[in-house]
Amino acid sequence: MPALPIIYLRAENAQLITEPLDALTVIYHRRSGTTHIVAEPVPQILACMGTAPMAAADIVRCLAALFDVDDVEAIIFARLEEMAELGIVERVRA
Amino acid sequence: MNVDGMILIGLLRCPETTASYDADAWNALVSIARAEQLLGTVARRLNGIAVPPEIAGILNEARINAGYQRRAALWEADCARRALADIESTVVLMKGTAYAAAGLKASEGRHIGDLDIMVARDALSATEKALLAAGWEWVKPDPYDDAYYRDHMHELPPLIHKDRDRMIDVHHNILPLTAKPKPDAVSMMAKAVLLDNGLYVFAHADMVIHSAAHLFADGELDGGLRNLWDIHCLLDEFSADDFWSELQLRATHHGLWPAVHLAARLAHLVYGTEIPRGWRTKHWQDRFYLKRFTARDAWGRGTRPFLRLLFYVRSHWLRMPPLMLARHLWKKWRMG
Amino acid sequence: MHEFRVQVGPARFRIGSVWEGPIRALAELYRDYPTPTITDYTVRLESVSFLRRYIRPSVAINGDFMLPDAAPLPLAFALLAGEMAMNVQMALGWRRHLLLHASAVEKDGKALIMTGESGSGKSTLSAMLGHMGWRFMGDEFVLLDLVTGEAMPFPRLISLKNEAIDEMQTQVAADRFGPLMRGTPKGDIRHLVPPRDAVQSMGVPARPALLLFPSFGFDAAVRPVAPSEVFARLTQASTNYVALGESGFRALTGFVKAVPARAIDYRNGDEALMLVNQLWDALT
Repeated sequence: MPALPIIYLRAENAQLITEPLDALTVIYHRRSGTTHIVAEPVPQILACMGTAPMAAADIVRCLAALFDVDDVEAIIFARLEEMAELGIVERVRA
Repeated sequence: MNVDGMILIGLLRCPETTASYDADAWNALVSIARAEQLLGTVARRLNGIAVPPEIAGILNEARINAGYQRRAALWEADCARRALADIESTVVLMKGTAYAAAGLKASEGRHIGDLDIMVARDALSATEKALLAAGWEWVKPDPYDDAYYRDHMHELPPLIHKDRDRMIDVHHNILPLTAKPKPDAVSMMAKAVLLDNGLYVFAHADMVIHSAAHLFADGELDGGLRNLWDIHCLLDEFSADDFWSELQLRATHHGLWPAVHLAARLAHLVYGTEIPRGWRTKHWQDRFYLKRFTARDAWGRGTRPFLRLLFYVRSHWLRMPPLMLARHLWKKWRMG
Repeated sequence: MHEFRVQVGPARFRIGSVWEGPIRALAELYRDYPTPTITDYTVRLESVSFLRRYIRPSVAINGDFMLPDAAPLPLAFALLAGEMAMNVQMALGWRRHLLLHASAVEKDGKALIMTGESGSGKSTLSAMLGHMGWRFMGDEFVLLDLVTGEAMPFPRLISLKNEAIDEMQTQVAADRFGPLMRGTPKGDIRHLVPPRDAVQSMGVPARPALLLFPSFGFDAAVRPVAPSEVFARLTQASTNYVALGESGFRALTGFVKAVPARAIDYRNGDEALMLVNQLWDALT
């Protein structure tokens, strides 16, 4: 795993409709018209990302308090990369 | 009632003619427009015009479909942009997706199927690698069993995205290498216009030229009325004094003036497109094209089989995700 | 072309055939249904080739919407071909509701919706319930209103298969059945005209009150199904969820949050009916 040098940008608020159902949350992405069924910590990651690009390390800091597990950094990085594949967040060049 | 594709042409030219339609005319129109993939365009043309309530429901359905296809096509283009961010080539959108991305009238209500892009020929293998790395797969298990595509075509064998189930056609020219005209792809790429979304579309003249080449050389004349409607919209929107001379100059440069001239004449004949006086020459074969374009009966069936055979080039099936479920259900309906 | 037009629920069909027989059979079976003038979809039962219109006649299933790999059926199965062609129009064309591949019945203005794999028995269960005090709403598609969330009926002819044919023949008068088609690709098929009240009230929607996922062939059991699983399974059971975009998402999340869902296992019809009635009384 890299040392999180990457900066991510979340899709605008208006582009995402988030609907918590139970342990899972469904997210509709307006721009792509696709629906994603996601688990923790994806909704939390999206909630902590503002409208400005955010460094992965800052996202980890923001969520570390919520998730008290050892490899929180690896988990969050993996989810961010998956979301980048889906186009919900975008990797931004520093 | 002796109905053919002229009913659809009449509506597209003058939507007000629908005031005289009876139920049979509407039923024929809807089936023919669906067969020609022009119902979304019909819905756009009938915006604000009073229609029977049953037809309003059908047109609303067509608008929803067009919105969905537009959304999916633009998203697919964005996915390709992200996948190809690092290749050393301009990435040019083509056909329906290009019209939608550039906000052109031709895209209003238009059916959009696969994503077509053009890249520089020497960037083909980098493009192929980048797409495969980003989740696209060959449609055929071993596309290079026949070296046909590599050696003779102007595009890579079709790729499909494994999750989104959408096809991409990667071109490096607008005609097969085997075709007689040799369009100047390098110059087309150089003149392409950058859009806000980071992707390119052809400059106006080249866009029309590609559309005309697609109508005759590359595509099946089956979608002729739809493709010709594209050309009508493009010519109508780009029309300006210096555009026409530029178009003729560029078309001649690409060896495609005959195709462009024919397309413009047919657009004028079929949809009443305004074209320069000097282009409105008479050619005996134009009437055959009109006969071929309108070869449908009131049930939406193709008619005039001999004429069809004359124009037959090739056809291929456009895939879309809901089709998978429908196919699955179909097997169930059939097999239980 | 011989022509027949029929309205089923909110959908209007124009069916054309080069043979008169299938058209007459359809007109007979759909005799209780209204005849529209303007239609939503055209279905064509055509001959595969000119010769095959007369020699070993074979029905090509065509229409406004077609599946590219739809194999033709023998003329003796023309009613089945018509049913399949109408299904295809709905599956690929309908955009006015969220379309669920499910069956439904109604009581007191509330709808019981059943969905599941082929062989789950959802179709037979809806036919049985529809003849014992419930209103039959449909055995193939349920249409959810995109704004109100109500279920709109689509009570086409009930397509009975194999054992279900005998089961229903003991309960329903013979003149409500179509011809028995033996040895179709899906086994024996016989169409059943839905009860008259189902056709008369086919414009009347109902509020979804219970969703069941039946499974036939297991010991009787009931399991709750989590909303997120219901959501995922219903997106798989809908041919137009993706095309509807945001309105489909809103309709489906609304449905999932409002309607309790259970998976039920059963070994025979009586067991299933008992479970259904128990759950209905407890949950609605």
